[in-house]
Amino acid sequence: MTQIAKSFDLPAEIVILSRGYWSSVLRRLLKDKVSVACMVVLAIIILATIFAPLLSLYDPAVGTVIHRLKPVGTEGYLLGTDELGRDMVTRLLYGGRMSLLMGILPVLFALLIGGTLGTIAGYAGGRTNAIIMRSTDVVFAFPSVLLAVAIAGALGAGFTNVLVALTVVLIPPVVRITESATTQVRSLDFVEAARASGAGSFTIIRVHILGNILGPVLVYSSSLLSVAIIMAAGLSFIGLGAKPPTPEWGLMLNTLRGAIYSQPLIAALPGVLIFIVSLSFNLLSDGLRSAMDVQ
Amino acid sequence: MLSYILKRIAYAIPVSFAVSLICFSLVQLAPGDPLALVLPTDATQEMIDATKARYGLDKPLAVQYGYWLWNVLQGDFGTSISTGRSVASEIGNAIGYSLALAGLASLIGFTVGTALGLVAGYRVGSPVDKVASAISISGVSVPNYWLGIVLVVIFSVNLNMLPSMGAGTGSEMTLLERLSFMVLPALTLAAAPAGIVTRSVRALVAEKLSMDFVGALHAKGLTELQVFVHVIKNAAPTALAVIGVQMGYLMAGSILVETVFSWPGTGLLLNGAILQRDIPLLQGTILVLAMFFVSLNLLVDIVQPLLDPRIRRS
Repeated sequence: MTQIAKSFDLPAEIVILSRGYWSSVLRRLLKDKVSVACMVVLAIIILATIFAPLLSLYDPAVGTVIHRLKPVGTEGYLLGTDELGRDMVTRLLYGGRMSLLMGILPVLFALLIGGTLGTIAGYAGGRTNAIIMRSTDVVFAFPSVLLAVAIAGALGAGFTNVLVALTVVLIPPVVRITESATTQVRSLDFVEAARASGAGSFTIIRVHILGNILGPVLVYSSSLLSVAIIMAAGLSFIGLGAKPPTPEWGLMLNTLRGAIYSQPLIAALPGVLIFIVSLSFNLLSDGLRSAMDVQ
Repeated sequence: MLSYILKRIAYAIPVSFAVSLICFSLVQLAPGDPLALVLPTDATQEMIDATKARYGLDKPLAVQYGYWLWNVLQGDFGTSISTGRSVASEIGNAIGYSLALAGLASLIGFTVGTALGLVAGYRVGSPVDKVASAISISGVSVPNYWLGIVLVVIFSVNLNMLPSMGAGTGSEMTLLERLSFMVLPALTLAAAPAGIVTRSVRALVAEKLSMDFVGALHAKGLTELQVFVHVIKNAAPTALAVIGVQMGYLMAGSILVETVFSWPGTGLLLNGAILQRDIPLLQGTILVLAMFFVSLNLLVDIVQPLLDPRIRRS
């Protein structure tokens, strides 16, 4: 599982972004049935976790022992109860909050930090480029899961530590993609023209470079969402993320392992959600990529 | 060619050095006093100083790193806090299990991936291609720790066909019995590489098929099968590189799968180290696995041009 693609084909026409570019990408994306379905599914899941208190009848941390491991479809417990008699619907809704945050936030942080470093490396070139790029090579020497486990394992369990570990793992690939896109754009005539007409580095980066690399970098980052969601829940699964009784999909999957003989369906439920979210992000990212490929 | 190999090896040295530095700093990352576990709570200042001196903790960090690296190079990774045994022997006991599991998972993943990828690449856009793509994207999207649980529910709980945990006990086990313990974890671990290999092989075959030489071969009057052999020969070196790197990911990435199946490899060792907060064991295992990954990448980079004259020339 959970590998980060090291290479990424930049769209052939990276440079010529016309005014209507983004709206045409959106138009193409909305024509793709699979992408639209993924957006709907993700929107429903995200909204449901945000409005968890309105949608659930119980406290996610409190259960009743006599209602332990009720099967799916029990009166009052639509998806049954867990090993401590807590309502599964409530746990899954609240659990999604942490799982989604632990997966999505590191990608955003990595996009911000990695994007900045990559732009600097690509624009500055020379020694600055060498220092930044060789440092990312070191992180690539570790398989991503191993490094995430190493950092989170040393720091100890907790929400923030998972964010730190995953952000560190996700920064280098973003740096690589941004750097190669920036290097490509920087050498083009219109950047030279802007410089000749007196634009400073800051203006060139902000107007001419960022505008042109943002698309491919965003698409690549969207492909990291699925990896990050699986890794975040995976870290919780081995005890490095959320701490009981906090509901979190990966942790729930772990604590419900004892129930695979009596209530296998309930034991598998949290993983179904992780799978759906990760699959939707992957498919949506693929859809976005082909929608941006101007051919 | 020789200069390329030497250059590639020379590049691996600073990388290995940096990897060791990161593994060393894991201890510094860990919160809390490393001596708290060794010393009584009412230890006097002299006792603290003496213990620090004994473990070399009174020296500057750079010197501590030097000592540590020197020991590691001699195969001394320190002592596990939770078991009291040497970290090296703990890893030595576990690594064979992980290699066997990763090996079998690679075999399954690559066989399935190559077969699906070939069919899909040959018939891009066909229903077969669509099914292969669906399997492929599911393989990379599925959390393997969940897939493992689902397989246990189906094959161990419901069908009672295969064991769900451990590697079996007793030295009298037949090969078949040994394999039966590996089937479910290996299948679980194979999902991601199967998906990735399918994707890569499909893209490779589709790309090669669109190249001029294929048309030329057809024009020469070669049969479909003969052309197929040419396409395979062209795609093989790249496919092998993908496979080599995947094997490294499998070794390192098996921590979750080994935890699900209590498979006594390095992944389970890591999991135990995390639960017990056994930092020397964590550090040693991570270092060994990371170095394995670095060496495997090195090997792939060296072997690939040997197989493919086109890379050699560039």
